Amino acid sequence: MIDTTAPSVRIRMPAVTVRQEQGAALTPVKITAEQLSFYYGRKRALEDVSLNIHANRVTAFIGPSGCGKSTFLRTLNRMNDIILGTRVEGSVTLDGLDIYGPSTDVVELRRRVGMVFQKSNPFPKSIFENVAYGLRVNGMVGSRTELQDRVERSLRAAALWEEISDRLHEPALALSGGQQQRLCIARALAVEPDVLLMDEPASALDPIATQRIEELIHELKRTYTIVIVTHNMQQAARVSDTTAFFWLGRLIECDRTDKIFTAPGEKLTEDYVTGRFG
Amino acid sequence: MSAAFHRLWRTLGDRLLQVTGLAATVAALLVLALLLVDVFADGLGRVSWQFLTSFPSRRAASAGLFPALMGSLYVITLTAILAVPVGVGAAVYLQEYGSQGRLARLLEINIANLAGVPSIVYGLLGLGLFVRALGFGRSVLAGSATLALLVLPVVILATREALRTVPQEVREGAYALGATRWQTIWTLVLPMAFPGILTGVILALSRAIGETAPLITIGALTYVPFAPDGIMSPFTVLPIQIFNWVSRPQADFRVNAAAGIVVLLCLLVTMNGVAAWLRDRYQSRGGTT
Repeated sequence: MIDTTAPSVRIRMPAVTVRQEQGAALTPVKITAEQLSFYYGRKRALEDVSLNIHANRVTAFIGPSGCGKSTFLRTLNRMNDIILGTRVEGSVTLDGLDIYGPSTDVVELRRRVGMVFQKSNPFPKSIFENVAYGLRVNGMVGSRTELQDRVERSLRAAALWEEISDRLHEPALALSGGQQQRLCIARALAVEPDVLLMDEPASALDPIATQRIEELIHELKRTYTIVIVTHNMQQAARVSDTTAFFWLGRLIECDRTDKIFTAPGEKLTEDYVTGRFG
Repeated sequence: MSAAFHRLWRTLGDRLLQVTGLAATVAALLVLALLLVDVFADGLGRVSWQFLTSFPSRRAASAGLFPALMGSLYVITLTAILAVPVGVGAAVYLQEYGSQGRLARLLEINIANLAGVPSIVYGLLGLGLFVRALGFGRSVLAGSATLALLVLPVVILATREALRTVPQEVREGAYALGATRWQTIWTLVLPMAFPGILTGVILALSRAIGETAPLITIGALTYVPFAPDGIMSPFTVLPIQIFNWVSRPQADFRVNAAAGIVVLLCLLVTMNGVAAWLRDRYQSRGGTT
């Protein structure tokens, strides 16, 4: 295991190889990061990351702990803003909108870029109210029937409706871990985002619950652009179209997932995906 | 030192500490129990409908604490109305909005210090500020404002503590859905912190209801033949009435004082009981609202 906090002198930092997907399958670019650096106080957590994320694709971020993949994910909906003493350099754009621009409405940005966290975090309310929460705070509901309709649609989209349709008004915290995580996905989908960020969404779940989440991700990419951080390389290989490998705060390589796992362009990527470190 | 001796010594030390701890607990409870038994033995027989509804009198047998009871209820209600919004608001600001810098730490230390200031000092402040400068006179309002200042630090500290127990993940979850900071606080953080805030508020009000010194300082009356009829009315409260009776030479008035203490204790227990009931109700309902 390589100590990721202190770079070994023998390993030379490679130039970033970003060979985005080529050919017919290319979809429009949804998010573009350019020369993005991120600081926690004096500590630099991301260094000059440039990356395109394509619409209706699943992009996976892999890399060892502390490599900056979660930090990068959280720059995409400005979730890092709530941590004191952080600073961003470079730019991130969503459909051409400068995410860190002075006139950008963070609240509206976060509605468009939904997020699912590592630890499922349902609110201590009923299942129904959890899904309705985002609709209410964003003033997106007119009538009671419209609200019920949207809640049902979101729960169906998150493949949860069948299991819980008869107990919508029971506490969300009584659900199983996997159901809670799908509820959090439903909650995020309810406010009609374009992009869904998932920070290790299945790392606390058992294999069956994990499989359900992965099937769901496959389903959701038709409608949404999905970015997923994962520690599990098999998972990245299974669910994603594009994989980005982060190491020590830098983007080492980003390419089609099958290429990253079978013929990576960088020695470092190969060492990581074959389990030689990490 | 042999190993066997060492082991014996450790066991002995453990047992010794256990016995000392038990003795300390029993001693404290015993004193309290004796006090309660003594007061109830003296006073319980005197507590009657007549005692609760009568006005003070020269004759102990026909005297009652109606004005003091009403005064206490008026004062404590108004104190809560004044102290809770300000205290909770200040705590929300300090915990959710304020920076974590040196100024915040300085503020926090000073609020903790304020909680330790003797109540008579608040009485003097109340006399100067509310009674004289703001012209409230010796009214329920002046008394409540003074007590509100007195309990404010306790409310702030307890509320901050309760807000701290709300997991950060809940806030992040709300922000990620596009909730503003204020929406997050109002719809999630405050409801989740509510049981803790309620406990703090009740503790603070329990302290306020037993206070005598600051109210005497601002000029609450010791003999009141009428119940307060508004927030600008002169008033007295239970502890002052009790103090007044205790200082009379006639033994019968001391019985009245004991009965007054019984009434005050019942009021306190009721307040705490209501708080506990509300808290449990809220906690068990927390999942379904």
